[in-house]
Amino acid sequence: MAVVVGWLYACAVFLILRRSVLRLIIGLVLLTSAANLLIFTAANLKRGTPAIVPLGATQPAVGYSDPLPQALILTAIVIGFGTLAFTLVLVYRAYKTLGTDDLDAMKSTDT
Amino acid sequence: MTLLPLLPILIPLGTAIVSLLLRGRKNAMRRIGVAGTVLLLMAAIALLVVVRRDGIQVVQVGGWVAPFGISIVVDLFSAIMVLMAAIMGFLVCIYSLGDIDKDREKFGYYPFYHFLLMGICGTFITGDIFNLYVWFEVMLLSSFILLTLGGERGQMEGAIKYVSLNLLSSSIFLAALGLLYGVSGTLNMADLAVRLHSDVPQVLATTVAMLFMVAFGIKAALFPLFFWLPASYHTPPVAVTAIFSGLLTKVGVYSLVRVFTLLFTQEISYTHTILLVFAGLTMVTGVLGAVAQNEIRRLLSFHIISQIGYLLMGLGIYTTLALTGVIFFMVHVIFAKSALFLVSGIAGRMKGTFDLNQLGGLYRDHPVLSALFLIAALSLAGLPPFSGFFAKLILVEAGMASHRWWIVGVALGTGFLTLFSMTKIWTMAFWKPKPQDAPAEVCRRVGWTYWTPLLILVVFTVLFGLGAQPLLALSEEAARQLMDPQKYIHSVLGAL
Repeated sequence: MAVVVGWLYACAVFLILRRSVLRLIIGLVLLTSAANLLIFTAANLKRGTPAIVPLGATQPAVGYSDPLPQALILTAIVIGFGTLAFTLVLVYRAYKTLGTDDLDAMKSTDT
Repeated sequence: MTLLPLLPILIPLGTAIVSLLLRGRKNAMRRIGVAGTVLLLMAAIALLVVVRRDGIQVVQVGGWVAPFGISIVVDLFSAIMVLMAAIMGFLVCIYSLGDIDKDREKFGYYPFYHFLLMGICGTFITGDIFNLYVWFEVMLLSSFILLTLGGERGQMEGAIKYVSLNLLSSSIFLAALGLLYGVSGTLNMADLAVRLHSDVPQVLATTVAMLFMVAFGIKAALFPLFFWLPASYHTPPVAVTAIFSGLLTKVGVYSLVRVFTLLFTQEISYTHTILLVFAGLTMVTGVLGAVAQNEIRRLLSFHIISQIGYLLMGLGIYTTLALTGVIFFMVHVIFAKSALFLVSGIAGRMKGTFDLNQLGGLYRDHPVLSALFLIAALSLAGLPPFSGFFAKLILVEAGMASHRWWIVGVALGTGFLTLFSMTKIWTMAFWKPKPQDAPAEVCRRVGWTYWTPLLILVVFTVLFGLGAQPLLALSEEAARQLMDPQKYIHSVLGAL
């Protein structure tokens, strides 16, 4: 799992450093996915029983898996999806307005 | 349980929804927009009064006991920041009435403006670190939209840089969160503060702290992570730039202060020294960048960066006096900086250009505007009797008290260069006679919606300079709370 996360980070950084805007966006998406998997790994991923308290008990059964990382990742995926939708529209509009998808050509607002 | 601490989130949310429903009806949207900020302002004042009287206010959302649910925690520092957000929200909303054109209003400027305010207030009052991430995203997404609304050429280019670097910082933040949860098993900030100081190995805590520093450093425009700021901040209309410069980078600073006073105080000599060094570099690069600029808004954007350096200098020194300075400086810089942006907006609106080479003769044509600019500029440079003088005085005093002489030198040198770049604007835009190739003057006068916010901001900087004592006492109280995390932990977790 750790290898997958590392590989995803490597790919993401490689893509972000490219000049094409679309590759940059794909890189950012990979980066978010890598972060999601990192949460999963860091929070001790394991196969367990659902974290539901049985009727009449005060604690969930032994060996339950932690639901919180899953909730975190779910939230992060939703947010990531929203931002992805926005960035795709942004890139499309930018391409229409500027007529290029080359980041090196976008220098008019730089100093 | 009282609902008061939740109001800074609920009011902008309600306003945004109502104005979304009224989409297309321009006047209704404008009225609702202003009414929402007035309500927010009243709630923020009430909150500050209550927090000052009764101590830290905590709401456990949904009735889930901390550390299992999400806690909303308002201490004095949060309350001050919420009040600042509300004041700026109100003033810039009035400014927007004149500055924002019809098309932008039609495409939902006001709803997103309020979503932005909601995100900002949310980051200030949350007591849960994952919740902080969510508020960051709420704030970022609305800021993306405000930045790109209008779709001009420069806006698109600026937006791509702003969006990609901020998303990068968000995913670093997310990774840091995951690791933090992995080592500590909790996300509630008070609970984290306890566990990071007892259960978690110091090395791991410091590693995660560095990740947080990078993530928040990008948002706060810390050296060497600030490049998105001068590339994008001058592209949208001035109203948007003013609210961004007043509040967005300050959210990054707020998060840094919160995290590095509450959570990561294990190895102060290591983490806080790094902060201090970067604070010094931020000040110098920011102001040197500003000196080289010829466009008012871009020059002021670079000044935002150098002022961030001052704020982090206080955090890096990490004494009660230094944090008092941080809070005082925060209030001062939000007012002074936004006032300068509004001046540049009025000048640009009248003369039709922001280029210093083409501006000129403003002092002859508009003496009142010139006076207002001069007050705000001198305040930013730190001259008495304005608020900037006391803000810098406290920070310098804190630096000397802790024998960090070099940072004091850097701070004073930066102050001098700030003065220099302000005189550059003054001589080129105000004193210089109007150049031959200047574009035709667009309009001679602008309406009250432009003047009122600017006037109020300038009055504030003068007031906090002449009568600094009340604000100073308040900042000191807030700084004491920050330096004593036990109180914070106690009010969230109870007597666990």
